[in-house]
Amino acid sequence: MPINYYIFLAMALFSIGVIGVLTRRNAIIIFMCIELMLNAVNLLLVAFSKMHHGAAVAADAASQVGVDGQLFVFFIMVVAAAEVSVGLAIIVMMYRNVHSVDINFLNRLKN
Amino acid sequence: MNNVLHFAWLVPFFPLLGFLVNGLGRNKLSKSAVGVVGCGAVLLSFLVSVWIFLQVKGGNTYVAEYFPFINSADFKIPFAFQIDQLSSLFLLIITGIGFLIHLYSTAYMHEENSAHFARFFAYLNLFVFSMLLLVMGANYVVMFIGWEGVGLCSYLLIGYWFGNDAYNYAAKKAFVMNRIGDLGFLLAIFWMLAKLGTVSYGAVFSQAAELTTADATIIAILLFVGAMGKSAQIPLYTWLPDAMAGPTPVSALIHAATMVTAGIYMIARSNVLYSLSEVAQHLVAIVGLATALFAATIAIKQNDIKKVLAYSTVSQLGYMFLGLGVGAYTGAVFHVMTHAFFKALLFLGAGSVIHAMHHEQDIRKMGGLKKKLPITHLTFLLGCIAIAGMPPFSGFFSKDEILAAAYAHNPIYWGLGVAGAAMTAFYMFRLYATTFFGEFRGTHEQEHHVHESPSAMTIPLMVLALLSVVGGFIGIPEVFAKDAHALHHFLSPVLVTEQAHTMEHSTEYMLMGISVAIAAIAILYAINKFSKKPELGEPAGLGNVLANKWYVDELYDAVVVKPLHGLSVVLKNVVERSGIDGLVNGTGKLVHYGSRQLRLLQSGQVGAYLLAMILSIVVFMLVWFNDGTIMNLLNKIVK
Repeated sequence: MPINYYIFLAMALFSIGVIGVLTRRNAIIIFMCIELMLNAVNLLLVAFSKMHHGAAVAADAASQVGVDGQLFVFFIMVVAAAEVSVGLAIIVMMYRNVHSVDINFLNRLKN
Repeated sequence: MNNVLHFAWLVPFFPLLGFLVNGLGRNKLSKSAVGVVGCGAVLLSFLVSVWIFLQVKGGNTYVAEYFPFINSADFKIPFAFQIDQLSSLFLLIITGIGFLIHLYSTAYMHEENSAHFARFFAYLNLFVFSMLLLVMGANYVVMFIGWEGVGLCSYLLIGYWFGNDAYNYAAKKAFVMNRIGDLGFLLAIFWMLAKLGTVSYGAVFSQAAELTTADATIIAILLFVGAMGKSAQIPLYTWLPDAMAGPTPVSALIHAATMVTAGIYMIARSNVLYSLSEVAQHLVAIVGLATALFAATIAIKQNDIKKVLAYSTVSQLGYMFLGLGVGAYTGAVFHVMTHAFFKALLFLGAGSVIHAMHHEQDIRKMGGLKKKLPITHLTFLLGCIAIAGMPPFSGFFSKDEILAAAYAHNPIYWGLGVAGAAMTAFYMFRLYATTFFGEFRGTHEQEHHVHESPSAMTIPLMVLALLSVVGGFIGIPEVFAKDAHALHHFLSPVLVTEQAHTMEHSTEYMLMGISVAIAAIAILYAINKFSKKPELGEPAGLGNVLANKWYVDELYDAVVVKPLHGLSVVLKNVVERSGIDGLVNGTGKLVHYGSRQLRLLQSGQVGAYLLAMILSIVVFMLVWFNDGTIMNLLNKIVK
């Protein structure tokens, strides 16, 4: 499959994530959109890694080029998991306080 | 070092000590202690001055250098005292008359509470100290220190009763007018330093011949500007009449006998410089003569006893400058001395009258005081005769010497001088007759309280009266007795450029006869006119102009004060308020307004922050890669 398809998919996913973050008010959905953006990036990393690695192996069977891209994906997944646990905790606390997960209720610090 | 140099510093030291004791202890010392300290300090300096006088009598002169005042590379100004005939004569006048006036003040100021009483004596002592510094300094810088010191004391003493706003204005006026003159003096010192590199009298006078005529003229005229301010000459004379706001002993000491003669002292001291510049000498003579006449006309119509004496002082100072201008330095210094006697006497006499009348100064409300104040009356009469120039009183000798020199120089000077002398005789006897003759015109209460002053006031009056009568005999003109002019011989080592005038004896007798006859007629006319029927109404016509002092104060107000005030108002309202304030406040307002607008961005809407963040990132990336990297990338992908 040509690399272009992966890129277009990742761009679509990332854009959906951005628009979701900007337009939705529900904190959980915004959270999910952030995950979507992270995963779009993950997808790109894996795709490019595979592309470069394939090209390098064709020239030299023992080449390690492009492997580090796949390692990054694991780091991102770990960080995302940590982020989710903290974020969900915030959302739970927020719900306890204002009985809502609408981010527009988060402007209490304004004044 | 000679004995004189060991003791000379004591002369100014005693008054300084008196100033410190009285000034610092004013809340603790009793009035009698203050009086003893104040008078004692001046008496001690008088005794030292007498001793110094005896030392220099033989013709010796000394310069005592104490410490370097300014010492910078090759530019050195020592703090030094000049002990010679001229300064010792002034020392005697200052400390002698100063002592009498201090003594008089102990009685005159007795109504003040003790702290103010001590303040008065502290100022007086500080004045005597500064005046002594002025005449003892051996260079122009030390003289300038004293010059400023007496100006300060004059200001403090004119405004002594600071509760009264008018007195404070008078004090400020005196100070400001003096500053104008001081600027001239200061510029003269700078000019001298630039051209000769020294300000010490000895060095300046020995090198003066190297000066070009233009430089000598400029220095002499600038010095004269200083003298104009201090000695109240046209155009800077208007402060002196207003200075009568101060207590009467102050008027006698500062504004008649000593401080105002500082200008004469300075010019007499600098006679070598003036001899190099005919222009400056003419200027001095003309300004002096004009002042003498102008002030005399004003004095004729004044009704305040002290104002008459003040204008008379201005007029007499004019005579002294006339003498200086025509080269009769001895005559001018002689007149300083006799004037110090009789004018101090007249002021103290006026003070005695004012004291008796409970601070009434208007002569229209006096009259008939002859019987009630016998000692004051007699001494005042002697003072009037002396100032009118009747022989053989002191004023006759000194004024005659100046007039004779003026005649030798230019007969027109003489004619105008005699006219001024006639006016002097007229207004003095108008004052005398209105005050002491006729009916008492004050209130009934005042009449009940009128009394002769205590002996602390009458003794100085009697001493000064005696001096006014006999003081002239130290300067008997040659026409009466050959080589009898003791003062001339005494001063000749200092006044080296004295212009001797030779005249036929018959001419001189005639001049004397004319001036005495005219003055005598003026006296008789004044007594005749005012003893029975004094001027009580408001003057009209020319008299009104004279009573309003030729409207000179109004003229200065219109020409100098008002425009300056207008300029200040413009600067305050336009430049200050809308310019500088506008700039400063505008900056503040701009920041305040900008902050208020920026504050709206912080809405608290998380969505808005996110949008802003993402848009910023997009913009940032577009800008960062504005070489087209992104577009190329996109193109590549699309292809």
